[in-house]
Amino acid sequence: MMDPLDRRLLDEFQRDLPLVSRPYLAMGEQLGISEDEVILRLERLRLAGSVARVGAVVRPHAAGASTLAAMAVPPVRLDEVAALVSAYPQVNHNYQREHRLNLWFVVAAGSQSEVAAVLDGIARQSGLAVLDLPMLEDFHIDLGFGLSWT
Amino acid sequence: MRQLDDLDRRIIVATQDGLPLVPEPWRQVAGELGVEAEDLMDRVRSMQEDGIIRRIGVVPNHYALGYRHNGMSVWDVADEDVEAAGRAMTELGFVSHCYQRPRCPPAWPYNLFAMIHARDAATADSLVQRLAEALGPMNRGHLVLYSTRILKKTGLRLGA
Repeated sequence: MMDPLDRRLLDEFQRDLPLVSRPYLAMGEQLGISEDEVILRLERLRLAGSVARVGAVVRPHAAGASTLAAMAVPPVRLDEVAALVSAYPQVNHNYQREHRLNLWFVVAAGSQSEVAAVLDGIARQSGLAVLDLPMLEDFHIDLGFGLSWT
Repeated sequence: MRQLDDLDRRIIVATQDGLPLVPEPWRQVAGELGVEAEDLMDRVRSMQEDGIIRRIGVVPNHYALGYRHNGMSVWDVADEDVEAAGRAMTELGFVSHCYQRPRCPPAWPYNLFAMIHARDAATADSLVQRLAEALGPMNRGHLVLYSTRILKKTGLRLGA
């Protein structure tokens, strides 16, 4: 389980990983632990799933194109269509949601035309309509996510 | 807006699954890309200044940390109110993403999307209630779509 140092790693470094040659050493200095211990803890948190990764969060559309797509899939076909969608490497999120539009996924690719080709392919393979809901405006300034521990 | 060049793209692709957990992670990535570590870090700093990289850090997995009630709240707001509505929602501080998207009537009348994350259903409901209060009369109708299954989730992918 997570101890107070793990929580500080998650709370204090979501957007302030020092951009220096030895960032884990710098983090350790702030936390009062060694570079090795920072690395070991991050490895453990990543294996446990609590940390998705240590890295950059890139602005949407900064490199390439993406869209949010939605489909109304007959419940009996949900597993089949979900697998078809997830099989595309350009699909990076795929969720079942509670709505008539019950399958929601994000398609990200190097270009707008590649995104369109994936949506066309999914529509053709499934025989179902695919709603294309690209981001028009981003209102969020991403400062990380305040976690509550209690 | 600055266009990404080939090296920028290669850096994003090389780090999209995360920085290596070794003492000198930038040096290792630089070695893979065949550039100097100092040049790589300069380039990363420049992408941060230009807003291409929003942040560098530990990316938590909300779901694994117990945030199992992840709702996509969707709102029908008049086009002229979208900007004010989007700002009002993000100012509350708990929305992780807030985007305007096109409507697709009649199947889909909603044009503003805000993601919320909570550990229990009651908290999730109260967050949605706070969003509705922040919008006031700008809100012409809303829904919350909770995810019932995560079928796939990976980090950013580029068609490299």
